[in-house]
Amino acid sequence: MRENKSIFSQIELPVVLLYLALTLIGWLSIYAAVYDEDHRSIFDISQRYGKQLLWIGLALVLGLFVLLTDTRFFNGFAFAIYLATIVLLIGVLLFGSTIAGSKSWFQIGGFALQPAEFAKFSTGLALAAFLNRLDTHISQMRTKVISLTIILLPALLILLQHDTGSALVFSAFIIVLYREGLSAIPLILGLIAVVLFILTLYFGAFWVIAGLAILLSVSLFFTKKSLQNMARLVAVLAVASVFIVSVGYVFNNILEVHQRTRINVLLGLDEDLRGAGYNVHQSKIAIGSGGFAGKGFLQGTQTKYNFVPEQSTDFIFCTVGEEWGFIGTTVLIGLYVMLFLRLIRMAERQRSTFSRVYGYSVVAVLFFHFAINIGMTIGLAPVIGIPLPFISYGGSSLWAFTIMLFTFIKLDANRLNVL
Amino acid sequence: MEGKKFNERRQIITLIILILGGVFVVRLFFLQVVNQSYKLSSQNNVLRFVTQYPARGTIFDRNGELMVYNEAAYDLLVIPRQAVIGDTLAFCRLLKIDLESFRSRFEAARTYSRYRPSVFLEQISKEDYGFIIEKLYNYPGFFFQARTLRKYPRPIAAHVLGDVGEVNNSEMERDAVYKMGDYIGKSGLEKFYEKTLRGHKGMKIMMVDVHNREKGSYHDGIYDTLPVTGKNVYLGMDARLQEYGEKLMINKTGSVVAIDPATGEILALISSPTYDPNLLVGRARGKNFNDLLNDPQKPLINRAIGGTYPPGSTFKMINALVALQTGSIDEGTRFSCQGKGSSPIKCTHSHVTPLSVQAAIENSCNPFFWNTFRNILNNSSLRGQKNALEFWHQKMLDFGLGHRFKTDIPFEVAGNIPSREYYDKVYRGSWNAMTVRSLSIGQGEILVTPLQLANLAAVIGNEGFYYPPHLARKIGEENDSLPAHFTQRMETGIDRRYYRLVKDAMLDVFEGGGGTARRFKVKEFQAAGKTGTAENPHGKDHSLFMAFAPVDKPTIAIAVVVENAGFGSTWAAPIASLMMELYLTGEIKRPELEKFLLENYPDPVEHERE
Repeated sequence: MRENKSIFSQIELPVVLLYLALTLIGWLSIYAAVYDEDHRSIFDISQRYGKQLLWIGLALVLGLFVLLTDTRFFNGFAFAIYLATIVLLIGVLLFGSTIAGSKSWFQIGGFALQPAEFAKFSTGLALAAFLNRLDTHISQMRTKVISLTIILLPALLILLQHDTGSALVFSAFIIVLYREGLSAIPLILGLIAVVLFILTLYFGAFWVIAGLAILLSVSLFFTKKSLQNMARLVAVLAVASVFIVSVGYVFNNILEVHQRTRINVLLGLDEDLRGAGYNVHQSKIAIGSGGFAGKGFLQGTQTKYNFVPEQSTDFIFCTVGEEWGFIGTTVLIGLYVMLFLRLIRMAERQRSTFSRVYGYSVVAVLFFHFAINIGMTIGLAPVIGIPLPFISYGGSSLWAFTIMLFTFIKLDANRLNVL
Repeated sequence: MEGKKFNERRQIITLIILILGGVFVVRLFFLQVVNQSYKLSSQNNVLRFVTQYPARGTIFDRNGELMVYNEAAYDLLVIPRQAVIGDTLAFCRLLKIDLESFRSRFEAARTYSRYRPSVFLEQISKEDYGFIIEKLYNYPGFFFQARTLRKYPRPIAAHVLGDVGEVNNSEMERDAVYKMGDYIGKSGLEKFYEKTLRGHKGMKIMMVDVHNREKGSYHDGIYDTLPVTGKNVYLGMDARLQEYGEKLMINKTGSVVAIDPATGEILALISSPTYDPNLLVGRARGKNFNDLLNDPQKPLINRAIGGTYPPGSTFKMINALVALQTGSIDEGTRFSCQGKGSSPIKCTHSHVTPLSVQAAIENSCNPFFWNTFRNILNNSSLRGQKNALEFWHQKMLDFGLGHRFKTDIPFEVAGNIPSREYYDKVYRGSWNAMTVRSLSIGQGEILVTPLQLANLAAVIGNEGFYYPPHLARKIGEENDSLPAHFTQRMETGIDRRYYRLVKDAMLDVFEGGGGTARRFKVKEFQAAGKTGTAENPHGKDHSLFMAFAPVDKPTIAIAVVVENAGFGSTWAAPIASLMMELYLTGEIKRPELEKFLLENYPDPVEHERE
């Protein structure tokens, strides 16, 4: 009987090893980032690496706890966990404390807990439980609406906390819905919208509309010159024009100044060497100065001179880049890609929709963090303050990612018991 | 199973992940391996962020004479982690510091940060700098940063110009522009016009090799920002007049303020004892500041705007003006005076009686002004004594008393004009003209600053208006940030003909046969003035004098206060007279008077009442 086998013989060991490797790299990087000759003891709780060691220890306990939990709990209590998180997200808006401009923390004694981090986990669970129901199918309008509501509700609450970065993470769930059969058209439309947005910022609304009009007129030569086609093209142009014109308005009136600057910096329209541009520039100097083989462990200078801000949280990748060079960054990216591909493989082998959807949720969230965080440090993505999973300093994010990952490992280990 | 239906999408998602991972690796390859500008590892090069301090704006007087300028100095900075010092003793000899000082300085820098530069030795002179820079290659981790120090061509106007010092923690918290070691205006104009004078810092990114040599600017300086020099401030002050006034006030305690009545520009603002502003510059600043702070003469206090005195007889004119305007008295009203011994306020002079208002001002007749003040409070159109006092209080404020002008040096005080509420509180509501009679002769609770007294002279000289006294007349070349209220004309609401009456009386103080300042008359111009003796409960009375000249269209209004000097005519009047002479004629033709004032000083001990 399979059920009698120990859970530990069933778990996907490579994923656990990847997790441990990333956590270790993270801790070493935090140690290097805040290293100070006066505080050598790694257990020094007054230093960030000392605290992170404590968080890692607790994370491992949490992971073990998850592995010992009955699988039925996750499916059965998915909505309850989701609702509890929503209550916490509302609670933090009312009673939370503000750290770095975001009202998204519960201050409990000496440390702060961020419910937004756990919302990613519970949203994944809820979405999985919902799509697992026999009466749902992504092709139905009702299913789409409810799925999007499940995703957007926590995102909106987090947006209200002024934590735009964490709210954006929820857009990653689109990948999950896509895997479950959501038409690719919304994704492609979204992509076109982003392209138009960027083009409009570069060239101005007038030229983009003009260019689009010419493009559509040219395309008319290659299609049947029917009245219907012409009407269609005019309609497309009209919709696109409204969108393009509204870009300027949204950009100038709805986005906040720092968000505008960050986008301008990314597009190269603004140097802003004192603000966002400075951070990215310093981050690139730190990573670039690492060269091929890096300066060696604890030998980084850029990160230690505090040139790079948030060097142990959002910009931790700089330390890796500076001290371990191109080899180190490539290895780290390789580890992440291996983890993602492994998780996809695991998700695909699930028998239940619940486990599969949940598995893809884990991949999507981790991948979004990976893409934005590293992208931002090397100047490929706007500066959005979200942590690098398992690497960045911080208890809340580490625990949330650990619970998230280990829940999937547990579900996977138990997959054969699912009828 | 329906999940299998979209199986191919697994491949697309996998592809997206692989493509992004690939993009990252390619980008990192260019960033870390191909792009050489970031490659600093081979020589353990580091980027050094050198703050480019802007030159602070300079300050000019009304004739374009430089009053404050900048001189180059250098700070020696250290990055403790990089610091390598082979021979500590040689290093100490080079810097002219002792071993003890070396240790504490290095420890302080280490405590601040191991990785960030901090100032190791500040304000090294140009000469020492040249010598040290030759040897500095022996000491990696140390480097220079250019700074500027304030210099004063004439050692004058310390209280006005103020001083510059390193920012403290609370100043850094208030404005994020300031970083450790930055300079900030601490007092005077330097503090008030800090944002104008300071300019904008720049940042230069230098590449430095392991031998502490700067290898040029990073990325050809495209990330460097240039410092922007601070704006200059042009004053209405006359540096020569200021210097002369300070000279006359040597060995005397008190203050001289001169104003251009037409504009409110302060021509001179002297507080004695004063100090050489060069003392608060450079490395000796801390020690000198403490010495000045502990000096029993309190030279750091700016008496011209921060000292308050009972105005005494100089106050009588405004009571006369208010009385005339309200019809409480008229030009012909006479009050009898029983000479010395009259009550309730004695007359200190012997003169004919009864006097009209003009003669009463000339003779400073106390009983006349007591009667005048009582008439104001009993004026039926003012509806009772309490309402009348309220009216009177408002009038005093209109004359610029009892409130700050919001002038452009800090620590200005308001002085005091007691209000109705004040007396209601003190006397629990039961008081009358008799109770507050000392207000009639500028004693009692009334306190004015020398600046207010000078402004009062300007108001009378102008026949009814003033511009809030201020030092700066122009900020920067565009003159864009002078506070608006400096050019706002303030009216007193009293007819010019009453002012002319008062002016005539004040003219007689110099010109009349019995005028208290007749000895100090100058034939080149006609001056009007008024002596005052402020009763001082702590010692000998203060000598006060206010004046303006030329009498018809004055270009200078002046107030002089000499503490513990007795009668106003003894010390304050000749000083005011000499100041006006210098300003209006450009020279001094009374060397004996000047010599007397320079060589003598009031005896602070009271011997007998004159």
